[in-house]
Amino acid sequence: MTAVEERPANPVGFGRMLRKEDARFVRGQGHYVDDLQLPGMLHGAVLRSPLAHARIVSIDTSAAEAHPKVKAVITGKTLESLKLAWIPSLSHDVLAVLATDKVRYQGQEVAFVVAEDRYAARDALELIDVEYEPLDPVMDARAALEPGAAVIRDDIEGKTDNHIFDWESGDAAATDEVFANAEVIVSQNMLYPRVHPAPMETCGAVAHMDRVTGKLVIWCTSQAPHAHRTLYALVAGLPEHKIQVISPDIGGGFGNKVGIYPGYVCAVVGSILTGKPVKWMEDRSENLMSTSFARDYHMHGEIAATRDGKILGLRVDVLADHGAFNNTAQPTKFPAGFFHVFTGSYDLQAAHCKVTGVYTNKAPGGVAYACSFRVTEAVYLVERLVNCLADELGVDPAELRMKNLLRPEQFPYTSKTGWVYDSGEYPRALRLAMDIAGYEELRREQAEKRARGELMGIGVSFFTETVGAGPRKHMDILGLGMADGAEVRVHPTGKAVVRLSVQTQGQGHETTFAQIVAEELGIPPEDIEVIHGDTDNTPFGLGTYGSRSTPVSGAAVAVAARRVRDKAKLIASAMIEASPDDLEWEKGRWYVKGNPTQGKTIQEIAFGAHGNVELPEGVEGHLDAECVYDPPNLTFPFGAYICVVDVDPGTGQVKIRRFIAVDDCGPRINPMIVEGQVHGGLADGVGMALMQVIAFDKDGNCLGGSFMDYLLPTSIECPSWELGETVTPSPHHPQGLKGVGESATVGSPPAVVNAVLDAIQVRHADMPLTPAQVWRAMQGRPFRTDLAIE
Amino acid sequence: MQVTMTVNGEEVTRDVEPRMLLVHFVRDELGLTGTHWGCDTSNCGTCVLWLDGEPVKSCTVLAAMAHGHSVRTVEDLEQGTVLDPVQEGFVREHGLQCGFCTPGMMMTARWLLDHNPDPSEAEIREAISGQLCRCTGYKNIVKAVRWAAEHRPIPAQATSDEMSVS
Repeated sequence: MTAVEERPANPVGFGRMLRKEDARFVRGQGHYVDDLQLPGMLHGAVLRSPLAHARIVSIDTSAAEAHPKVKAVITGKTLESLKLAWIPSLSHDVLAVLATDKVRYQGQEVAFVVAEDRYAARDALELIDVEYEPLDPVMDARAALEPGAAVIRDDIEGKTDNHIFDWESGDAAATDEVFANAEVIVSQNMLYPRVHPAPMETCGAVAHMDRVTGKLVIWCTSQAPHAHRTLYALVAGLPEHKIQVISPDIGGGFGNKVGIYPGYVCAVVGSILTGKPVKWMEDRSENLMSTSFARDYHMHGEIAATRDGKILGLRVDVLADHGAFNNTAQPTKFPAGFFHVFTGSYDLQAAHCKVTGVYTNKAPGGVAYACSFRVTEAVYLVERLVNCLADELGVDPAELRMKNLLRPEQFPYTSKTGWVYDSGEYPRALRLAMDIAGYEELRREQAEKRARGELMGIGVSFFTETVGAGPRKHMDILGLGMADGAEVRVHPTGKAVVRLSVQTQGQGHETTFAQIVAEELGIPPEDIEVIHGDTDNTPFGLGTYGSRSTPVSGAAVAVAARRVRDKAKLIASAMIEASPDDLEWEKGRWYVKGNPTQGKTIQEIAFGAHGNVELPEGVEGHLDAECVYDPPNLTFPFGAYICVVDVDPGTGQVKIRRFIAVDDCGPRINPMIVEGQVHGGLADGVGMALMQVIAFDKDGNCLGGSFMDYLLPTSIECPSWELGETVTPSPHHPQGLKGVGESATVGSPPAVVNAVLDAIQVRHADMPLTPAQVWRAMQGRPFRTDLAIE
Repeated sequence: MQVTMTVNGEEVTRDVEPRMLLVHFVRDELGLTGTHWGCDTSNCGTCVLWLDGEPVKSCTVLAAMAHGHSVRTVEDLEQGTVLDPVQEGFVREHGLQCGFCTPGMMMTARWLLDHNPDPSEAEIREAISGQLCRCTGYKNIVKAVRWAAEHRPIPAQATSDEMSVS
């Protein structure tokens, strides 16, 4: 044992720095929504449908209302009178808050009880008598459009089928021509199954409507508090200045906490009806069965190439299962999210995709779980297809990728579906990953093992991420442009406060955003307080998801800090009595060119700005600035991943032996935090590839409704990650930053799947590659993973 | 019913429903909200605390079952202003992100180190295998526990300034 050494000094700017927020978390002093206790607070609970598709004949709440501890029972009828039974979805559909006509998925919200404590609220749910008339459930997305399929959304006037949209991208004719002339075409059906983000903290809210002031305060597990506030105002007709949304500490989000859930609305209504604060926290089964799932993409992909391995084109047809309501969260113009970035990291001649969205009797959602608006699905598709092509051609999959990767001189690169990739050095990243892995040696080892009948697999993936949504002219959510505000204020003594529109769910914003300001102003990060997650105390912006905090809000903060620095220059010039043109900046200080001893620190300037320094013409006192950042383009982080697995030939059990991840997200604000985010995303990838799925039986029962059935990776399934790094700055972000939060979740699943299939020498089997699925794939009969195993 | 137990060294008595879970008892009745509620099925381990010196998942223990027994929660890890090396290790090795699984992880880690002061990576992974973390991919949690194994408790003076940052 050694004595405790001093902690390392914090960098004034970018660099490894321990997190400011950890002081409270390691003491059990975090402030999560469920920790909140208010005087007189009541507790809500949701009655949910046991059936996937049924007409509601009647709801009798009288026994529940007679329970001595029950204060209110809310049904769809109650909400109809408030015009809140249905609310707009995030995709220009509507969403039932409490079912009025039918239930459309198992776990759908039917009634809400408000009681004195959480146990009594649950008891009262048992006293509500709902009579259902069962209807045929539509559980197989591939059968949803068949004639005769039950029509799920008969609430939409004139609706006679389960079709939501058709959408396409790319040049169909040019792609068909490339395919017509190609020497080699490989096609493959593949499913990216329905999964759930399952943050450790479930979703919940405490709503308090103060009848005297008319102010509604909502403490909520929200990744986007400002967007929530505006939506409450628009939907409920409440005045926006009388709504305060507070996202306190959040126990993980991963896209699960972007939308507004019926439980939040019911808590608000419960508080309006009772005049008391109402808390609603869902349990784990409610979280898994009713809140935003991810993926559920049934994809048919084709790849065209020359016989010597030059990729020429991609053609994709997707059936997208959106569940019972179209509530996917993505920019309005993009009903399939950013799926059309499916050409990935490769130079090719033409590409086309078509996506058809359908309703099924499953929970709504679809865009969540660190997917960067469906870049996960896109990367999985192209990285599986490239491996299928390698298999067809009998070439090494890493070599095939190296041959087709975009070259550095092609950037900025305009893809065949219209994206402009900002910067990249792809071959360098893949080479580094191969070097860390010892790729050639691994292949030799694999050959030896194969000769002995042992199953070892090596999987490669390369991904281009698409993050930082986004430019206002192209991107909005429900009409709200995807820009973010930031405010930097330097106090008289040179300490500072930064106010953000984005909201951390564990990303460490209180540390990294202080470092962004420190980098620009030279104020030590421990002297900078970061305020976020409270709509009354922060500027407007759309929140944290899609890896957008650093590329959008980070840019806003950097620009605001630079505006402070520019103002400080003018004030320094007055203090020094020198022309601003003669001043030069070194981190934390303006000084006179050629005379470094004559200067003023940012702290001295801050005091001057608030003091009696005679300010230059047109310069106001104090030292602060704001910025609303409208990103000119998205950013495109990328990476190369290699997974090494051993498969038990007797059981189909997969053991991940090594996982190598080289990420390029531009410069790193805090390498420790970046590496942590990559680690977490890699674990997600292992989980999705091997364990996690939300499947349904033909009667509509959810087969992943608890952690007994929905398996998440533990410390045993996860290897000790091996990371590498290259740095290619973004040319348009003020600090060159690209974002990284979702890169590993996007990039890792195909690496794991490619490794397992390489081990068992099977061209394709769908995730999750459970022992049963691997076993069946080895027998040449892999099964569908979205339905109960037949 | 009335339950009496020792929680973090202090005797507490409360009238509770017989069915009240221990996790709700410590959180809602005692205000010790460092112990979290994550799954109800003993799978996630965010509710891990000690009952008579052994880590248990308090979402599947009744408060009544703790009557006459001793409970220790995450709030007791720090002694005075001296952080437990496990707490310091989690900070130094970035063993947490959202912080939700952290208290349960640390309670298990402290128990492990009390019984096995020099655990291997495999032993640490085995010890925390009944608990879930969605942020860290576990590697830094393992490093945090190793850090704690290699260091003594921190003198109060050395940490008070830095750790008072909130």
